Amino acid sequence: MSKKPGFFGRFYMGFILFFLYAPIFVLIVFSFNSTRSRTVWTGFSLQWYQRLFSDGTILDAFYTTLIIAALAAVISTVAGTIAAVGFYNMRSRWRIPLTQINNIPMMNADIVTGVSLSLLFVSLGSVLQFRLGFGTLLLAHITFCIPYVVLAIMPKLRQIDRNLVDAACDLGCTWMKAFWKVIIPEIRPGIINGLIIAFTLSIDDFVISYFTAGGNIMTLPMQIFAMTRRRISPEINALSTILFMSVLILLIIINVRDVKQEEKLKKRAAALNQ
Amino acid sequence: MRKTTIVTALVCLLLLAALTGCGQETPAAGEDPTNGGAPAQAQVVHVHNWGYFIDRDVLGIFEEEYGIRVIYHEFVNNETLYAALQLGGMIADVIIPSDYMIARMIEEEMLYELNFSNIPNYTLIDPRFRSLAFDPENRFSVAYKVGTTGLIYNSAMIPYEITSWSALFDERFAGQILMFNNPRDAFAVALQYLGYDINTINEDEIQEAFELLMEQRSILQAYVMDEIFDKLESGEAWIGPWYAPDFLTMYAHNPDLRFVRPAEGTNFFVNAMVVPRGSENRTNAEKFINFMVRTDIALMNMRAIKYASASYDAAVIFAEELNDLERDVVFVGPEEYALTEVFYHLPSHILELYDRLWIQLRGLS
Amino acid sequence: MKPKYFSIPYVGWMAMFVVAPIIIVFVYAFTTPGGEFTLRNFSDMGIFMPVFFRSFRLAFIATLLCIALGYPVAYILAREASRVQLVLFMLIMLPLWMNFLLRTYAWMSILENTGLLNQFLSFLGLPTVRIINTQTAVVIGMVYNFLPFMILPIYSVIVKIDKNLLEAAHDLGANSFLVFRKLIVPLSLPGILSGVTMVFVPAVSAFVITQLLGGGMVFLLGDLIEMQFLGTAHNPQVGSAISILMMLIVIAFVILMNKFGSGEEKAVGL
Repeated sequence: MSKKPGFFGRFYMGFILFFLYAPIFVLIVFSFNSTRSRTVWTGFSLQWYQRLFSDGTILDAFYTTLIIAALAAVISTVAGTIAAVGFYNMRSRWRIPLTQINNIPMMNADIVTGVSLSLLFVSLGSVLQFRLGFGTLLLAHITFCIPYVVLAIMPKLRQIDRNLVDAACDLGCTWMKAFWKVIIPEIRPGIINGLIIAFTLSIDDFVISYFTAGGNIMTLPMQIFAMTRRRISPEINALSTILFMSVLILLIIINVRDVKQEEKLKKRAAALNQ
Repeated sequence: MRKTTIVTALVCLLLLAALTGCGQETPAAGEDPTNGGAPAQAQVVHVHNWGYFIDRDVLGIFEEEYGIRVIYHEFVNNETLYAALQLGGMIADVIIPSDYMIARMIEEEMLYELNFSNIPNYTLIDPRFRSLAFDPENRFSVAYKVGTTGLIYNSAMIPYEITSWSALFDERFAGQILMFNNPRDAFAVALQYLGYDINTINEDEIQEAFELLMEQRSILQAYVMDEIFDKLESGEAWIGPWYAPDFLTMYAHNPDLRFVRPAEGTNFFVNAMVVPRGSENRTNAEKFINFMVRTDIALMNMRAIKYASASYDAAVIFAEELNDLERDVVFVGPEEYALTEVFYHLPSHILELYDRLWIQLRGLS
Repeated sequence: MKPKYFSIPYVGWMAMFVVAPIIIVFVYAFTTPGGEFTLRNFSDMGIFMPVFFRSFRLAFIATLLCIALGYPVAYILAREASRVQLVLFMLIMLPLWMNFLLRTYAWMSILENTGLLNQFLSFLGLPTVRIINTQTAVVIGMVYNFLPFMILPIYSVIVKIDKNLLEAAHDLGANSFLVFRKLIVPLSLPGILSGVTMVFVPAVSAFVITQLLGGGMVFLLGDLIEMQFLGTAHNPQVGSAISILMMLIVIAFVILMNKFGSGEEKAVGL
């Protein structure tokens, strides 16, 4: 792409960014409003932040979300890595149909996944005497996270030079040793990507949680949904602001670190060249 | 080899833990899921109530006095509560649906009979609210709140006096009208406006009400449940039917709002506490019901949410605390009471008709 | 232990949590509440057709709008200098990290009758508009929520297009428009197709956006399914039948589109 975008291109980009950020900006501004109104500015206050931090139900929902997301991300990353390595070593006669089944939760509408898991848990529950709640929510989250982990790892596996594994085996490694010493380090970026994707997906999910929690446990998105169906409080705005700012700061830190590392590398390279 | 075995075993173990974890009491929001000790968890009661239908502080008092942890949930309306219970998997010890839904749950054997020896405060319940039609022998329920429906409108936007349900079908207010987002309440408004019994089983009358509601769609702003608070208070909508006592809460936020019981009549509702089948803490549930009836607790709830309690002594005290306007909203005088109708449980073919028409109304125009 | 057996636990998991649930939905769809076989759940489906049409129509409009808005973004983005590209890319993806309920909720404040847009219009002395609780509001909500899902795959394809190819085309006398039409568009087609899938599927089954921005007045398939399972018309059997029908139509649509897509790719000679 040789030519740089012209004035019109820049203008259009600005318009799209405005479209993407105007609502978020509105949310943030009104989180500091002094009255309950979401549309009329009446003055600055921090009361919605104070209320947010003293609101037990929101904080509870937040902890639940974090615990579920952490467990789901770790479990699905471990399971997804093992599954991906297994798929990779299968004959395509088996691999292709299995990867297609693996894709089902990604292709299916969330509501169908949610409804079907809810029916499964309800039927299992009536046989095995358990109710919906934390356990079923976690199982559901793991189920929809694993396919993305597999998807993140598969390309990295395909990039591995098969000779590398063979060489390791020839040098006396058992296959297991080769797995730990060769394959895992090679696909590490994919594993980390998968972990991050799984964590974000789990934190963000509303629809599947809504159907598999059985009304017994609330995640943060479910709590937000409940709040929007009541008398709406700018606590939601305060919450949005905090979430948005944390992601923004996190991204900035990561990027600044990357840039600094790049510069360090450049300096080192320059020093070596001299 | 060894390491994979360990990892696989670990994964299996985690899964097993997750599965058995939900085999016992599932920890609810906020409860530390790692703290799965049975003795600590045995002392809980799962309560499902309408939104804005309790003074949350009473839950703390209950927990302190009884050492039983309350896990409190809210539902949107009777029908969603019913659906969640029917679908299964819901943990509930005390639920507080309204009259007609209780009748349906009794008929479909979804409730446990109460052990009234655990509910000595039952004697505090106003005799008028015992053994009502939905539970004639009073074996399943203890009344919690009573009230009527009515119309709430913004007098700054609607400078006329409203006296009839007809205002909800008035084209002058097009785009500013709200409507109940549940079939029974919505059809009741239409049926009363048309002059029919709200429990009619005449399919032609129900069909006529349906057509009226279909016509109303074009001038409607939204179907709402608790969203109505926000929309009326902020002036986003001008008029809507709702449960009378909530008017006082809305009025405190927007003094332009007015309340009226339409001349055609309104619905008199009773919300009662019942214990659904599948409850694993029935004694705790009965303790909670007993506690909620107590005069001081009933009074706290009334002061917070303004709905008249079925507890007689508390209601008398509360009535004295109100001014005339407030008393008219919360309590119904004998003349107005004559104009109210109570919902009955309908036969199943009528319920099916309601379901079908409701879906058509909501989705098919 | 041979490596190919690694996936056995996960195959078991898929059987349990991916395949079995769908089988259960099928079983529900073909039975009465009493558990007897029936086709009624499907034969009565006729009355829901308007909801199907509306859902697919709105999802279609939202997807087209996402292409129309997102394609130029991806194209412009790919032409920026790499440092600028990175920053802009982050800026486009950043809203996705905020929960979509919050993003949708933000639009309520803007679109309401007494909302910011109408305040702004009346400030300018212009007539106010009624958008909230209409299909327009729902489509805006869909486009806003799903636009990054369209930009991302298109961008990742365009950015990989070989510059030499474009230069060669220029050298051979093709003008910019011709290059765009004959090379860039066909080459970015796979990106558009995966973008379409990523936007269309959630749009067709949306139920939260319709409740927040549609006020219960815009009723889509997601609402219909939710109503049958957890809402005001309890009937999980009918809900299952609707879910299956929706699933099959979506799958057919995706397969058809990919067929069409791969045909196009061949036409370009790649």
